[in-house]
Amino acid sequence: MSTTPETVAQTATGVPSLGEPLTGTLIFERGAAESRCVEAPALDVPAVSLQEVLGGRTRVVPPALPHVTEVDLARHYEHLASANFGVDSGFYPLGSCTMKYNPKIDEQTCRLPGFARIHPYQPEETVQGAFELMWGLQESLAEVAGLPAVTLQPAAGAHGELTGLLAIRGYHTANGDPRTRVLVPDSAHGTNPATVAMCGYEVVQVPSDERGGVDIEALKALLDTDVAALMLTNPNTVGLFDENILEITSAVHSVGALAYCDGANLNAIMGKSRPGDMGFDALHINLHKTFATPHGGGGPGAGPVAVSAGLAPYLPGPVVGRGADGVLRLVTPERSIGRVRSYLGNFGVLVRAYTYIRAVGGDGLREVSEQAVLSANYLKALLEDAWPVAYDRTCMHEFVMSGGALRKATGVRTLDVAKRLLDYGIHPPTVYFPLIVDEALMVEPTETEGKATLDRFAAVLRHIAQEATEDPDLLHGAPYTTPVRRLDEAAAVKNADVAWRPDGAEA
Amino acid sequence: MRFIPVTCEEQVEMLVRIGVDSVDALFEDIPGDARLARPLGVPDGMTEIELAAHLESLAARNSDGSRVVSFLGAGVYDHYIPAIVDAVVSKPAFFTAYTPYQPEVSQGTLQAVYEYQSMICQLTGMEVSNASMYDGATAFAEAALMAARVTKRGRVVVSGAVHPEWREVLATYVESGTLDVVEVPASGGVTDAAAVAAVVDDSTAALMVTSPTWYGTLEDLTALGVLAHDAGALFVVGTNPILLGVMEPPASYGADIVVGEGQPLGNAISFGGPGLGIFACHKAHIRQMPGRIAGRTTDVDGRPGFVLTFSTREQHIRREKATSNICSNHALNALASGVYLAALGTHGLAGIGEACIAKAHYLEDALVGCGCFERVYGAPFANEFTLRYRGEVADMQTRLLERGFLAGLDLGRFDADDAGLVLFAVTERHTREVIDRFVEEVSAL
Repeated sequence: MSTTPETVAQTATGVPSLGEPLTGTLIFERGAAESRCVEAPALDVPAVSLQEVLGGRTRVVPPALPHVTEVDLARHYEHLASANFGVDSGFYPLGSCTMKYNPKIDEQTCRLPGFARIHPYQPEETVQGAFELMWGLQESLAEVAGLPAVTLQPAAGAHGELTGLLAIRGYHTANGDPRTRVLVPDSAHGTNPATVAMCGYEVVQVPSDERGGVDIEALKALLDTDVAALMLTNPNTVGLFDENILEITSAVHSVGALAYCDGANLNAIMGKSRPGDMGFDALHINLHKTFATPHGGGGPGAGPVAVSAGLAPYLPGPVVGRGADGVLRLVTPERSIGRVRSYLGNFGVLVRAYTYIRAVGGDGLREVSEQAVLSANYLKALLEDAWPVAYDRTCMHEFVMSGGALRKATGVRTLDVAKRLLDYGIHPPTVYFPLIVDEALMVEPTETEGKATLDRFAAVLRHIAQEATEDPDLLHGAPYTTPVRRLDEAAAVKNADVAWRPDGAEA
Repeated sequence: MRFIPVTCEEQVEMLVRIGVDSVDALFEDIPGDARLARPLGVPDGMTEIELAAHLESLAARNSDGSRVVSFLGAGVYDHYIPAIVDAVVSKPAFFTAYTPYQPEVSQGTLQAVYEYQSMICQLTGMEVSNASMYDGATAFAEAALMAARVTKRGRVVVSGAVHPEWREVLATYVESGTLDVVEVPASGGVTDAAAVAAVVDDSTAALMVTSPTWYGTLEDLTALGVLAHDAGALFVVGTNPILLGVMEPPASYGADIVVGEGQPLGNAISFGGPGLGIFACHKAHIRQMPGRIAGRTTDVDGRPGFVLTFSTREQHIRREKATSNICSNHALNALASGVYLAALGTHGLAGIGEACIAKAHYLEDALVGCGCFERVYGAPFANEFTLRYRGEVADMQTRLLERGFLAGLDLGRFDADDAGLVLFAVTERHTREVIDRFVEEVSAL
């Protein structure tokens, strides 16, 4: 079954070409000692004695960096890129990650010198265009969130969670009692409990009910005046809008606690429903999900936080504010929790998100959510007879299927299904999350995929279910067509080879 | 602009298949009081041509480095970025990929991360680097939390000569009382070793410093490292990686955790972000590290390949017991840094470091020589330095901006005690001609 060509041995100085199989040859192993790419220009000022001016801190053993020519580099990274799968490569229905298309204009605008070559400590009058962009983004995000105040400083979703929860802590502390516990549903992203712990709170798990929402009676039983907040994703991580959301946030508020919304699933509800109107006090927004900025192979993202008027004084500073004179300047909220990162946030990501919002506009954002939800429900309808859906209800922008029955019948695990999908040129859905669904596959098609792509995905998954029945070993061995096949993760931990060394010796 | 390929006709087909008669029917789980009954108050969409013009007009209102000569640094430096860097990070297979959770189709990202980690280990002298943090400041804060886990102690001692925003971020991260922070003041632009000696004790998890400091000065890391280790504390050292081609790496001074702002390595200054946080340590502490780590292994056919490893530290597995809540990192910036370091190589990076240092000393000499500035610190410096202006700083900066110069950073903005002090950063891009012209303008004020 393996379609892998024979591996061709790579000479130490060789340059790979397209189509050549991956050999794991490192950039350190390419080029020759005398190879050069970029060099410093000749000094046009008098040379200094480094030993003297640095007070004896001169490097004795130089770092063993690669020695390559530009063509070595170009080919090396093209070779690596050819072994990577991105949204531009094909369908990427990774649930909860919103792998939508990343518009190319965004990549152009963030590179304009007027954005890419400005310094965060420049005088305010020399960066009014940048402030105008940040202001506009703050306003648009506040409107989508239904919450009046926004900080753009957090660098990622989890960083936004930390920011929002610290603001909540600041609020409670100012009221004389920081409280001790934060409630988190059992279906939550791992970042939620990890954030709660970083904020010095105890995590208390809230069970889900049989319809996939928060078990409201269990929630009420857990609520008391020691609870600082509930952290909830809505739509939630099984792709459902919690019908009891107003009752939930009202119960939370009744004990003086605040409601925090994980905005990972905002792509389902733009222009349809706003977290602020649901009763949430704080929300982080993943610009690298909902607002189409690229994931970059793991980042950078940006995780702005929108909050209620009551929490606004606690936001990290600075934020962009408009003075009575119309001039934009940086202001620090009066009871700010302090900075959560240096400078002003991931501005390059903010430029991309702003570009996207201005491209699609207010009505366009609503259309985005409508199509995302329509596509998810359509895909669910195509699949549900072959792949049991965890909660048989209208879903939002994603849905969760269970591979539990398939495993019982054939021994084929969700992991095997995911690997087999790779052979069909499709990135697998999120697997084994949420934890409350057995052998979970979480599918999020996003609005940027055509109907034909959805039809094909459904056909492939149905075919894989058939393969599982007929030839389970085929799936246990998948994938076969990828640049490498299943990797030995246990050996990776055992060998702990996490950095190349010039002598090849282990650290 | 619209990025939705589904046609109106197909939408109808999809609704029929689902068995509902309108898209709105799919949103019926939303309670009436939580529905938005009006259009979003977000401006209307634009065509790409209009959009490009709009963004260009916003960008044109900023005085960027192609229009003014800037001597601003303080953690963000306008070094030249080789063309190959953007050529690589602009490849859609890199920038449109997610976190490499499916290693079979993520070898490009994973190998690039492994190579980045290897280069950071080479630069810093440490054994292990993670795949990056958000920035230098959050790496610094996470280092404090990690030191507490490693030593099981609850207090860190931080130098007042560290970038004020790094210290602020640390304070925010530990606000909930998870860790006590003791700050020792700077003296003469460097950490006051006597003050450190007075407060470091057997409850101290780490002594945390940076070299260069906020003032551009170089610390006596040997002495500070001994003070930390004598108390059984970890020694956390912040560094500027652009200098490590010519400067002795933090590991040589006994650093246990090395952090830094990685922006200088091939990333645009971009108003301060995204850059990346460098985070490196000893292998013995790998299980206490925050963030992702790529490791080398083999596949079932015995071929070399790469995976994310030591994942049981991380939030998606360990949840509230994770070493950090970090999920997204700055992988694309780490890729840029890897390409940058590979493009320069050992020889090129040393050349850049030497150029920055020589030009910084040339400017410092000239500014002192012209009589407008005076030296305040005796400690050596590398690419950045602090001088006292013999006049009104704000007025000097305003007048020089009119002549096209961003004349350094007024440190009085950050600490009233530092009023009158100006921090200048110099890169390899500053030519002698530009430096001479600047000094002439300063002298002519």
